[in-house]
Amino acid sequence: MKHAWILSWLLLVTGSVLATTIVVKPGPDALRKAISSARPGDTLAVQPGLYREHSLQVDQRLTILGNGMPVIDAEYKYPGFLITADSVTIQGLQIQHTGRSSISDIAGVRVSNAGYVTLRNNKVLDCTYGIYLQNAQHCQVEGNTVHSGIKNEINGGNGIHAWKCDALQISSNNISGHRDGIYFEFVTNSGIENNLSSTNQRYGLHFMFSHHDTYTKNIFRENGAGVAVMYTREVTMTDNTFIQNWGDASYGLLLKEITDSHITHNRFIKNTIAIHMEGTTRVSVQRNLFQDNGWALRVMASSSGSQFTGNNFIGNSFDVATNGTLMLNEFHRNYWDKYDGYDLNRDQVGDVPHYPVSVYAVISEKIPSAMILYRSFLTSIMEQVEKVMPSIIPDQLKDDQPFMKKLEL
Amino acid sequence: MKTIIKYVLIDLLKNRTILIYTLVLAVLTISVTGMSDNMSKGMLSLLNITLLFVPIISILFATIYFFNSAEFTELLLAQPIRRKSMLLASYTGIATALGLAYLAGVGVTVCILYNSLAAIALVVGGVLLTLIFSALALLIFVVFKDKTRGIGAAIITALFFTLLFDGLLLAFIYSFSDYPIDEPLLAFISLNPVDLARILVLLQLDAAVMMGYSGALFKKFMGSATGSIYTAVCMLCWMVIPLILAVRVFRKKDI
Repeated sequence: MKHAWILSWLLLVTGSVLATTIVVKPGPDALRKAISSARPGDTLAVQPGLYREHSLQVDQRLTILGNGMPVIDAEYKYPGFLITADSVTIQGLQIQHTGRSSISDIAGVRVSNAGYVTLRNNKVLDCTYGIYLQNAQHCQVEGNTVHSGIKNEINGGNGIHAWKCDALQISSNNISGHRDGIYFEFVTNSGIENNLSSTNQRYGLHFMFSHHDTYTKNIFRENGAGVAVMYTREVTMTDNTFIQNWGDASYGLLLKEITDSHITHNRFIKNTIAIHMEGTTRVSVQRNLFQDNGWALRVMASSSGSQFTGNNFIGNSFDVATNGTLMLNEFHRNYWDKYDGYDLNRDQVGDVPHYPVSVYAVISEKIPSAMILYRSFLTSIMEQVEKVMPSIIPDQLKDDQPFMKKLEL
Repeated sequence: MKTIIKYVLIDLLKNRTILIYTLVLAVLTISVTGMSDNMSKGMLSLLNITLLFVPIISILFATIYFFNSAEFTELLLAQPIRRKSMLLASYTGIATALGLAYLAGVGVTVCILYNSLAAIALVVGGVLLTLIFSALALLIFVVFKDKTRGIGAAIITALFFTLLFDGLLLAFIYSFSDYPIDEPLLAFISLNPVDLARILVLLQLDAAVMMGYSGALFKKFMGSATGSIYTAVCMLCWMVIPLILAVRVFRKKDI
């Protein structure tokens, strides 16, 4: 038994010693030959240059390192890499120009049924799908630049696409010009950190059925429709920035059927609708900044049990809009710049409650055409009258302890 | 005709009310632009000021001026001058004076500070409103004999367009909300020059997105170049039609 242990240990040591570094230089089918001739554990050092190669299947444990950004070009016809083995690393490559197809999803790098794959500091340019993870576990996607220049959302694919994965770590990537920047479906226990997702045709981040995920310090900027989060429970979103998602049908953050989640310390600046909530349950929205949005919050009456605490509402056209009189969510101790109450005992908390839903928000929610009277003199008179004698606005929706001063977040 | 315009204009430019009007507009503009930190908000406040003050002041001042100079008009008409050119000359004089006041008070500051399409739309809208409400004042002058009644009519007209019309429109929207009313609404909006001016400016601002969000038609039509031209043409009609009516009535009026 003891001998067997030593033997296996020796084999392991010699095995790792035997792992060699293969230098790959540009030439016809150079990469493909190198990959097929390599043994598990080998490192391919890819020298700078242009490699017109495609459909490269990595089916054993390899480390592929690019020196000085070698370019792998799929000539607008084929897919790039297909990784089907565990523990593969691809680093420092520029993968570009995959084909487009309406039958199959062609990707720059596709990871299929594998685990512990690392994709680091690559550039994936003009690919239908940038990085495509299917049934992958414990993978790291880090520091990649994924860019495409599609004109509409029908022709394009997603920047980083993950389907049926677990424990992914997506960090410090820069994704732009795709259909959805980051797309998650059935991805659990994963983290998305420090990414910049901008100018995508549809959503900066789009995820469904992806439970127990954490989103931190990401920036979602100028995406066609912002960020959409659906049918998921236990999501944590902290320190993200949703900025300039400004268009006819654009949301900073769209929440649909979200349960037991936390939205903390994010910044929502200049979005048409900062947060739209529909059918959500027990979502806590705390210490966020809502600034210069069209609508800061649109909380549909189908949402319940949510807490809105300690947020700053500054310079929004409408702070809160809702579509019913029933309100099962609570607003506490927020700062509203539209609050005009008083604070006699000087405890920094207003003495009269604040009703954040303006009468015009109610009217335009009921009848969208009434928006044609937006900013007319009549509507400002109605606001004033309603403040003195509330009759149209939902009286359950109020903040009993509004702060007098902007909160330090 | 030129001589009459010149005399009216010189008389008006020396007028204290016009000077105060210019000054108030200038002070409001400078304080608003100084206080608001971003352009969109400053423009919105200026838009509110324009939509509220310009119609009321233009129509009231012009009505009072026309009635006050009724004797001067009578005297001139004793000379061999056509009634039409007499009336249009005094309209041109007063509209120019008020228009210049608006340009000096709001236009200059806005165009220097926010050199943008929205600023141009605001200035164009404000000037057009001045022209329209002076024309309405002329119509009021020729229709009513009595100064008190004329001023009453002027106040009611201004209030109708700035406030009452929108109220009626809102009532209409409320009662017919189950029907597709977007297109009728566009037609109704054309019936109010103040709303036209508001939409002309709003659609050049960031806030246009909010109108587009719920009423795509407004944005699609009004936001396009065709829409802007349509709005401007509608407003010009609002100036020309009262003028034609005023000339017609005045031609047969017993002075």
